[in-house]
Amino acid sequence: MGIQFGTDEWVKAVMAALNESAGYAEAAKNWEGDFYFVIDEGPGVPETIYLYMDLWHGQCRDAFKVANASEKSPVFELSAPLKVWRGVLEKKIDPIQGLVTRRLKLKGPMMKVMKAPKAAIELVEACAQLDTDWPEA
Amino acid sequence: MWFFKCPEFFFGEDALSQLEMLPGKRAFIVTDANIAKLGFFDIVQKTLANASIDSQIFAEVEPDPSLQTVQRGADAMLAYEPDWIIGLGGGSSMDAAKAMWILYERPGIEPESISPMEDLGLRQKAKLICIPTTAGTGSEANYGIVLTDTAEKRKLTLGSREATPDIAIVDPMFTKNLPAFITADTGIDVLSHAIEAYSCGWANDFTDGLCLQAARMVFQYLPRAVADGPNDEEAREKMANAASIAGITLGNSQVALAHAMGHSAGALFKKIPHGRITAIFLPYTIEFVANGGVGRYADLAAMVGLPASEEAEAAQKLANATRSLMRQLNLPTSLQEAGIAATELEEHMETLVEHVMIDTNTLMSRRIPEFDEIEQLFQCAFDGRSVDF
Repeated sequence: MGIQFGTDEWVKAVMAALNESAGYAEAAKNWEGDFYFVIDEGPGVPETIYLYMDLWHGQCRDAFKVANASEKSPVFELSAPLKVWRGVLEKKIDPIQGLVTRRLKLKGPMMKVMKAPKAAIELVEACAQLDTDWPEA
Repeated sequence: MWFFKCPEFFFGEDALSQLEMLPGKRAFIVTDANIAKLGFFDIVQKTLANASIDSQIFAEVEPDPSLQTVQRGADAMLAYEPDWIIGLGGGSSMDAAKAMWILYERPGIEPESISPMEDLGLRQKAKLICIPTTAGTGSEANYGIVLTDTAEKRKLTLGSREATPDIAIVDPMFTKNLPAFITADTGIDVLSHAIEAYSCGWANDFTDGLCLQAARMVFQYLPRAVADGPNDEEAREKMANAASIAGITLGNSQVALAHAMGHSAGALFKKIPHGRITAIFLPYTIEFVANGGVGRYADLAAMVGLPASEEAEAAQKLANATRSLMRQLNLPTSLQEAGIAATELEEHMETLVEHVMIDTNTLMSRRIPEFDEIEQLFQCAFDGRSVDF
């Protein structure tokens, strides 16, 4: 049995996976910036979910689900509906193509993200290793 | 889900006369000093005058244009208030025109943040026409913008679908008397575009046919255009068209590892033109990708007359054919032959590899190299040694 997507347990499992990933550590060694990963309200998601991750120099320093979006003020916010997140994490959607076509919506300084494309790929790679249970959409 | 985006094209003899059909009052022409000296600006200006369009020139674009040059051009545009922007020249002038246009429409924007994720809201003030005077870059056909951050000695690959030119005018008149070495340096870039856009991870049904056709045209017509450019009108016209055809594939598909290595090396070894340095890496990256068992070269090889029974054989044939073509065009096939010293490579190796690692094009490769593999690739490309890993 896997971990339910979008839960506090799931984002903490992502944190553990990232902190064990040599690929992520190398690709994100210069990265500074925390994130909200937002799962939009829609089929399978009764209300919008905000997952917070504090990403710092190739490590994830903290990760948890927040009850209220105003709890943190991260530098970046990456949002998408459930089916897009699932597509990305199951590697059916290239994350960069997702951004270019705006199925994944990014708020924050683009400049910084454009300099760290490999870090984004490694992050997806780490998430994809998890045994994830998906909500019925 | 993906997309396909390209400008309206006018191509062939007398394509430039399309400018006479334009509505509008003022055009701002972005070019370089050499193009102005060659008289191409005068031809464009006279053609615009036939449509009662006044024009102003900005002829300060340097090879590998800097952010500072782009800002100066945008400031001049803001003062002149054109309703047409015309990029006239090679890739540097056309890319600079795109970036200046964006800053003219959106004066506050940081050039580095020009990305497909940003809504730019262009075309409130002006539209963009690109007129290539070389046959290679293909910048007239897509939304890519390559600028140089002179402080970081790094090329910035930027772009926004909104920055796709409205019109591309591909008139072979402009390339007819191009010197042989420029014809070779720019023409070989068409092959790099075609092969990488076909073999990268973003290749798709809409671009595959364009890539195959462009690759075939380069092998057929580039040697002729280099050998007898001023007299071989067919070769000139075909290469001009091939450059635009391959240019369409960029952005709709992508380029990959050879371009990432070319961007990295080109920013440090500025004496080597973009087309030449990128093509140097092309056969080595073909071998590297094929060695990982993920190559997509069989149709390309067959299209250029090198059928093979299996993918690995096709990749090797294509890599060898690329090297042979480059030798035929008097282009170097290694960094050493290109005039880079071993000490220079050693001195810059870490930066070279770092810049490849953070280049988005690296991720488009079907086989993404690790740090040490990139280092080995640079070493192979320096020695002129086939990639066996």
